Amino acid sequence: MKNRHRRFAWIAVGVAVLSVAVALVLKAFQSNLVLFRTPTEVAEKKVPLDRAFRLGGLVQAGTLKRQPDGLTVRFEVTDTAKAIPVRYTGILPDLFKEGKGVVVQGKMEPGGDFIATEVLAKHDENYMAPEAAEALRKAGHPVKGEIFAGEKPVVTQQPTK
Amino acid sequence: MNLYRYASPASFYPLAGRLWPVFAVIAALLAVYGLYEGLFVAPTDFQQGEVYRIVFIHVPAAWMGMFIYLVMAFYGVLALSFNTRLSAMMMRALAPTGMLFTFLALWTGALWGKPTWGTYWIWDGRMTSTLVLFFLYVGFIALTESIDDERRADRAGALLAIVGSVNIPIIYFSVTWWNSLHQGLTFSKSGGSKMAPDMVIAMVAMVFACWAYSIAVALVRARAIIREREPAHVWNGEAA
Repeated sequence: MKNRHRRFAWIAVGVAVLSVAVALVLKAFQSNLVLFRTPTEVAEKKVPLDRAFRLGGLVQAGTLKRQPDGLTVRFEVTDTAKAIPVRYTGILPDLFKEGKGVVVQGKMEPGGDFIATEVLAKHDENYMAPEAAEALRKAGHPVKGEIFAGEKPVVTQQPTK
Repeated sequence: MNLYRYASPASFYPLAGRLWPVFAVIAALLAVYGLYEGLFVAPTDFQQGEVYRIVFIHVPAAWMGMFIYLVMAFYGVLALSFNTRLSAMMMRALAPTGMLFTFLALWTGALWGKPTWGTYWIWDGRMTSTLVLFFLYVGFIALTESIDDERRADRAGALLAIVGSVNIPIIYFSVTWWNSLHQGLTFSKSGGSKMAPDMVIAMVAMVFACWAYSIAVALVRARAIIREREPAHVWNGEAA
């Protein structure tokens, strides 16, 4: 074995050992590396509920309600198995829509509501023209983005007392 | 013709001198075409509107930032195991370009994140690992520049490049491994492309523009390094 081959082998072994080590570390910290928890995890109390955390999922269609003060909204975040009610006072991002992905940061209230201090919208990995999305929808394909960009989310106003 | 002879700085120097203007022209043409295609021809996106067009800078820059680090690690392996002078020079010539692209990816990502997600920055798996990549580039440059002995600097840098390359798969797969604010992979082996064809054309043009640009500046920088380290070769090899 020539010297240079031996050096090459050492490098290869080194990188392999390092990769395994990094993989094990990432595996061990798996639960700390996720950006958000799912409603199912929250419902099963796998999340420390006395501390602030992020909750992610889809905004349940038909649950978005604006409160009489005009700034507070209520909606449910679902992973299609479980849903958690969320309350938030503030400005929603443009891409926030019913049926779309959302990540909210905040704390669980004793009453079972999640009080969000920050709401982030998630978009998916599909890019296409509005006409193409429309055509797909007409053909009966499920298109995730049900409302086109630029359109404001439809918010049902609760009757003021 | 023996291609290996270009592994010697003396014969590589004039070759690089002839090649870099070619890549520079290709980069300029592709960038003009890609930006025109991306900003004027490609359709509006159905969910994000016009703001998605930053993808034509953001994604090529991010890919380039990751890819250049892998190339540096590859040159690092060659430099460490075969002691080839030119590989170490190429490795160091690539670092500033990789750092630039990683910075661009982070910066355009922040500008894109605010109007779509609602935040400039969040400690998302992909963003955090890309920030680590940026620090690896900064560290690589700082480390190699701080050691006066060029051969020792090359070896230290090669080691850092090789060790740091473990981060690249983490960046790439972060969106599939952990739930994240980033969406899943738009281009994948199993799912094909989830982007409209007009947008893909602009994307491909921009990706190759970034490639050509990176090659051109790396060649120019490699020539500067050769001139610095082995002036004798240069003056004999080319009357410049």
